Amino acid sequence: MAEKTYLQAISDGLRQEMRRDSRVFVLGEDVGVYGGAFKVTLGFQEEFGAWRVLDMPLSETAIVAGATGAALMGMRPVAEMQFADFVSCAWDHLVTVAAKQRWRAGTPVPIVLRLPSGGGFSGGPFHSQNPESSFAHIPGLKCVCPATPEDAKGLITAAIEDPNPVLFFEHKHLYRRIKGDVPDERYVTPIGKARIHQEGDDVTVVTWGAMVYTAAEAAKQVDGSVEIVDLRTILPWDRQAVLESVRKTSKVLVLHEDTRTGGFGGEIAATIAEEAFEDLDAPVRRLAAPDSPVPFSPTLEKAFIPQVDDVVGALKELIDY
Amino acid sequence: MATNTAVDVVMPQMGVSVSEGTITRWLKQVGDTIEADETLLEISTDKVDTEVPSPGSGIVTEILVQEGETVEVGTLLARIGGEGGAEAPAVQPPEPATQPAADEAEAAAAEGAAPAEEPQPLAQPAQPVAHENGKSFVSPVVARIAAEHGIDPSSVPGTGSGGRVTKKDIQAFIETQAQAPQAPPAPAAAPQAPAPEVAPQPATAPAAAPAPTPQPAAEPAAVGETVEPMSAMRRGIAEHMRRSLDTSAHVTSAIEVDMTKVVSIREKLKREYQSAYGVNPTYLSFIARATVETLRDYPWVNGEIRGDQIVTKSYVNLGFAVELADGKGLIVPVVKNAETLNLLGMAKAVADIAQRARNKQLTPDDVAGGSFTITNPGGYGTFHGTPVISQPQAGILGTYAIVKRPWVIEDENGGDAIAIRSIMNLTLTYDHRLVDGALAGRFLRDLRGRLESWGESDY
Repeated sequence: MAEKTYLQAISDGLRQEMRRDSRVFVLGEDVGVYGGAFKVTLGFQEEFGAWRVLDMPLSETAIVAGATGAALMGMRPVAEMQFADFVSCAWDHLVTVAAKQRWRAGTPVPIVLRLPSGGGFSGGPFHSQNPESSFAHIPGLKCVCPATPEDAKGLITAAIEDPNPVLFFEHKHLYRRIKGDVPDERYVTPIGKARIHQEGDDVTVVTWGAMVYTAAEAAKQVDGSVEIVDLRTILPWDRQAVLESVRKTSKVLVLHEDTRTGGFGGEIAATIAEEAFEDLDAPVRRLAAPDSPVPFSPTLEKAFIPQVDDVVGALKELIDY
Repeated sequence: MATNTAVDVVMPQMGVSVSEGTITRWLKQVGDTIEADETLLEISTDKVDTEVPSPGSGIVTEILVQEGETVEVGTLLARIGGEGGAEAPAVQPPEPATQPAADEAEAAAAEGAAPAEEPQPLAQPAQPVAHENGKSFVSPVVARIAAEHGIDPSSVPGTGSGGRVTKKDIQAFIETQAQAPQAPPAPAAAPQAPAPEVAPQPATAPAAAPAPTPQPAAEPAAVGETVEPMSAMRRGIAEHMRRSLDTSAHVTSAIEVDMTKVVSIREKLKREYQSAYGVNPTYLSFIARATVETLRDYPWVNGEIRGDQIVTKSYVNLGFAVELADGKGLIVPVVKNAETLNLLGMAKAVADIAQRARNKQLTPDDVAGGSFTITNPGGYGTFHGTPVISQPQAGILGTYAIVKRPWVIEDENGGDAIAIRSIMNLTLTYDHRLVDGALAGRFLRDLRGRLESWGESDY
C-alpha cells in the first residue's frame, strides 16, 4: 500500500496487467516513445518493447478499428485517445462494430478505450468534454468513470479483464491533484457497483468522476448531513445503491459535469421517479453544465462547470424544502 | 355513579397496539340525558368494534367528534354536564406533560376547576385544525407514511418550506405519539385527560369532510363511482391479509368427509342440548372439537414461525372467523384453551363469541393470541376455498357445505354399494414454510377419521 496519484494508479494497473498477461498491449498516439500525452505509459516501451506499446498514426478510426480486430483475434488491446473528445472519429467502429459484435456473432470484443476527459483547465471545446452519456446509450458498451486512485487501478484491471468493449473515462483534472492509498497487489473493482463516498441522512448526491470532490467540498458547507454516492461506473450503473440511498434520505441531487440535456443524470432522475416515487420528500434536482460547448475563457469555464457554490445552493434548497 | 361535575369522554385505549378509533355511531345527541354506564357511542378500531359506556350521568353538553371520523386515543369526544344539566367548566389539562393520568372523573374535574380555558379548536367544527400549515402540498413520501400510519398530514406541524410537512416532521410526530403514555385499557375506565401530546392537536379536523378517514392518496370519484372512507376494521383486514400473503407460503389441501354419523348424532343431541343448556350443537362445534384433538397430534400445524425458530404450544387457542352483522367486516375471536372443552363446552364457547362479535362486545383480548383458526364459509353452499392464514399462525381450516351425495360404500358383504351420505369438504391452508404437504395430508386424514367414526358417547 502506497500513496499514489490517480494517474500513477492507472499506470500501475495497466503495467501490472501487461506483466501478467501477454495478450494485453497498448496502442495510441504518442503512447510509446513519448509515454503518452499525459505520461500514463511513460517507460512502457522500454519495459514491454515497441510491439506491445504501439505508436499509431493520427487516426482514432484506425486505432479503435485496429484494437477491435486484434481483440477478435484473441488479444486484449488497451487503446488511448489523447483526449476523450476525439473518440467521435471512431464512433462507427466502436458503436457499429465493437458494441454489436458479440450480439451479432457471439465473438467477444475485449477492448479498453482510455479516454482522458473533463475540463477545468481552459482546454476549450475540443479538449474538455465528458462524452460518457453518449456511450451510455449504446448497449454492448461499458462506461467506467473512477474518481479515486484506488478505484482507478481496480477498474482499469476490471476493464481489461472484461470481455466487452469498456470505455475508461479518466478525469484529467484528477490526474495529479488527487492522491490516495493504492494497494500494491492486483485487485479488481467490480464494474457496476457504486461506492458511498460519504454517508449522510438528509440528502443524497449521486455523481461520479471529478464532481465527487466538488460534492464533498459543498457538503462541508451546508447545515445538514449529505450522503455522496459515487457511481464509479455509469453503464451498467448501480441502481440499487442509488435507490437505497434515496429511500434513506428522500431528497436527491444528481450532479454531473457533462451538459444537462440528454446527460446521464436524466436517466438517474427518471429511474428514481419510477422506482422510488413514494420515498421522495422533494423533487429530484439535477445540476449539470448548461447546454453549450465548453468555453475557453477561464471565467466562462468556471461558470459552465458546476462549482462548489452551485452545489451548496442546490443542497440548501433541498434541505430547506 | 352520580356525577355532579362535568366529565369528559375520550377515545379509549382498546389495546396496547391500538392508537386510534373511528366513531361509528352516537347513541345520544347533545341535550340527551344519559346514565353512567349507559352506552353513549360505538367505536371501531382496527382490532374490534365496541360500545363505549358513559363515564358519568348527566346531560350530553357537547359532541366534538362526528360519526365516521377517526381520531387518536385520548382525543376528547364529548362532554357530559353535571347532574343538574348546568354547563360545567370544561376539563382542560393544565399541564399535560406533568399531569398524572387522572384516576377518576372527580379528580380530573377538580383539577380543571380553575377558570375554564377555551375548549380545544376541535370544538369549532367549521374551522380546520389549526396547524399553520400554509402549504397543502404533501410530498409522496409523506403521503405514504401518513397512509401507513393512518395519519392526516394536515394534523402534523410542518417545518418545511411554507410550512410544508417534511418526512422528518411526520416521523417525529409518529415517534412522539408512540412515546405518549398509554391510557388504561378498558373502555369502561374512568375518563382521562386527553393524551399529553396536545401540541399536534391529535385529531383529524372535524369539518375535514368529505373523507373523514385520512386517505391522502385517494383520488376523487369519477362519474358513476361512489367513494366511502375505509373503516378502521377494513384497513386492519386489508393490512393483515396482504401481510399474511407476503409472509406465509400458502398451500391448500382438501379432503372429503362423510359426515353422516355426525349428522345423526347431532340430530339426537340437539334436543337435549337445547332444552338442558340452551345451546345449539352446531356442526362447527363438532369440527372444532375434532380439530383440537387432531392438532394435539400435529403441534406444528398449531405452531408458528418466530424469527428463525419454530414455536409449538401446549394449548390450542382456536380462532373462529365471524362475519359481522352488517356484512362489512370480519373478526376472528379466539376460544382460549380449547383443548379443555368438551363438545358442549365448545358449542357454548362458539355461540358466545359469535354473539359477542355480532353485538360488538368483544374486547381486544378476545381477538388475540390464537394458535389456529377455523373459517366456515360453508353456510352459503360453497364447497371449496383457499382462506388466508391469520398471522402468525401456521394454518387455517376451511369448512364447507354438507351436501347429500351418492357415495360408494362397502356393504355388509364387503361389496360395493352406492348410498346417500352427507358429505362435506374440508380444506387446510397451511404455511408451507413450516408444514409440509405430507404432514398436512396426514392431519386432514386423521381429522376425517375422527369425524367419520364419531360415536355417540365420544366427547
